[in-house]
Amino acid sequence: MPRAVEELLEAALVTELTVVRHDGRPMTYPLIPLWDGQRVLMTSSILFSRKLEHIKANPRVSLSLSDPVALGGRRDRATIQGDARVIDGDPHTDWEQVLPLWAAKEPVILQFLKARVAFPLFFERSVIEVTPRRILYWPDGDTSRPPEVHDAPPATDLEAA
Amino acid sequence: MVDLRAGVRMIEPAAGLRRLKEFPFHLLTWVGADGYPLSAAVEGWIEGDGSTVHFTPPAGVEIPLEGEVSLTGSHIRPQPGVGYDERRHVTVWGRAIVEPGGRLAFRPHAAWGWDESDIPFPEYVERQVGQSRRYLARLSAEVGQTVRPRLSLGWLVLRSTRLPFLSATFVPVAVGIAIAALHGFFEPLTALITLIGAAAVHLGLNVANDVFDARLGADEKNVNPTQYSGGSRVIQYGLVSLRTMALISAACYAIAIAAGLLLLWLRPSVELLAIGVIGVLVSFFYTAPPLKLVYRGLGEVAVALGFGPLMLLGAYVVQSGGALAVEPVVASLPIALLVALILYANEVPDAPADARAGKRTLPVRLPRTTVINLYYLGALTAFAIIAGGVLAGILPIPALIALVPLPLALRVRDGLATHYEQPYALMAVLGTNVRLHLYVGGLLLAAYLAVLALLALAPGLPLFLWR
Repeated sequence: MPRAVEELLEAALVTELTVVRHDGRPMTYPLIPLWDGQRVLMTSSILFSRKLEHIKANPRVSLSLSDPVALGGRRDRATIQGDARVIDGDPHTDWEQVLPLWAAKEPVILQFLKARVAFPLFFERSVIEVTPRRILYWPDGDTSRPPEVHDAPPATDLEAA
Repeated sequence: MVDLRAGVRMIEPAAGLRRLKEFPFHLLTWVGADGYPLSAAVEGWIEGDGSTVHFTPPAGVEIPLEGEVSLTGSHIRPQPGVGYDERRHVTVWGRAIVEPGGRLAFRPHAAWGWDESDIPFPEYVERQVGQSRRYLARLSAEVGQTVRPRLSLGWLVLRSTRLPFLSATFVPVAVGIAIAALHGFFEPLTALITLIGAAAVHLGLNVANDVFDARLGADEKNVNPTQYSGGSRVIQYGLVSLRTMALISAACYAIAIAAGLLLLWLRPSVELLAIGVIGVLVSFFYTAPPLKLVYRGLGEVAVALGFGPLMLLGAYVVQSGGALAVEPVVASLPIALLVALILYANEVPDAPADARAGKRTLPVRLPRTTVINLYYLGALTAFAIIAGGVLAGILPIPALIALVPLPLALRVRDGLATHYEQPYALMAVLGTNVRLHLYVGGLLLAAYLAVLALLALAPGLPLFLWR
């Protein structure tokens, strides 16, 4: 993963996750991306779980980092293609593994979590883990120019590392 | 007919395009030959009759013309150190065609999106509850065991019984006991049993209300619940089953009836028997068929009766051994009116869903202006009874302190007028209305405790006019 794209991921308050529906239609959802150094992590409430069903049927996804407003004013842009995995053995607690990363980006979530009783289903969540495969990067954000293309190492190499 | 539980609806493609125009750039997305989706930012524009979006394709990537492509607009407003707000997004889909000059265009045939200024987040959440159920059912099948949403036991008890609303029971029971003590009757054990029995009836009522509203479909149709209205939602969310809730309600009523029988054994009187039987029946048939009092516009009367005269007089006659008096009746009336007004105002945000479920509450039956004016009239009447009771020498002079919260009634009236059709903006108003009842009842109780203390210190002190 190019360092510039890692920085984009760390700055991004929102990414657009695109999944592929059974009929081939691309479905795009805004989500908070969290970068753990190897994979992009996102969480989705079971309330908004259609995307999870699409991923389980077809794990090929992409993430777009394109909006300067959501990127802390950065003008560069990237799209990450990758393979997604849904972690939802226990939607009540599994997602809490990403809470430190989430709270660092959106501190107010800890306040919401204290009031879990008010939105109990919102806090039943699954984790979406995306292993990058290919990264397209536009250093100045201008898509009228071809992007830099970086192929990510296969997941087995990541795990060995 | 629109299925309000089916999640956020797809929107008309033309409406999707109109929304898309509001975003400064758009995300073009397609699925590549390798099966991976791919996105790149473009700036689309709409020309002519407004039905087609045009854009210059991004360089260095191949856009397939045989599959669907989409354009997405997405917006947030960052709140540094907190998160973000002003969430809205829209996506339109179509099949791209090449135009002269290498531009691409498509006429959208589908669109969807969400704008939290149109659909507030709590309502968006409610509309998706059906999807969460379907997802958990599939997940349960995948993992081979039932996966359910959970809450800690403490939160679950608090939510399913609506425990904080017990103040509506504590106030009249405590005032009834205090008046009895002033009249020379006080026995701590029966006072405690009275409080337990009354609380059990109240909790039984709350839970039974959820059970019957779930069976009759009223809570299911409500996509705008607030912390004050729309029920506890534990059944709809799958946190507690209908059967368990029915058992909890039955257990609460069993405790209440046991407490009532114990009180009848300890302090037998026809008056207590009558008040107890009426209280349990009014409580149960508040939502339960065949009476369904709240469905017939009689909820306010039932609540006023139950949480006013029945609770207060019941607590009084337990202590007095059946003797009745004018003072507890008069003291119960402002409390009855204000507790009925809690229900009445709470029914305002529920009115659209109640109407769909055939629950003909007063805010369903009456026009908005009448609803607001009736609220104000009811609140003013409650305060007038307190003032009149003191002037008539029925209530003690210190009871005038219970007039202090009067400005809260004005605030509630103004809040209803301003936010009548905004369920979530109404939450603060409904909270103020709950506090109005609690403060007036609490101050009335404080007045009686002060009277008891003063008379203990200085017997014969003139604390009632004309006595």
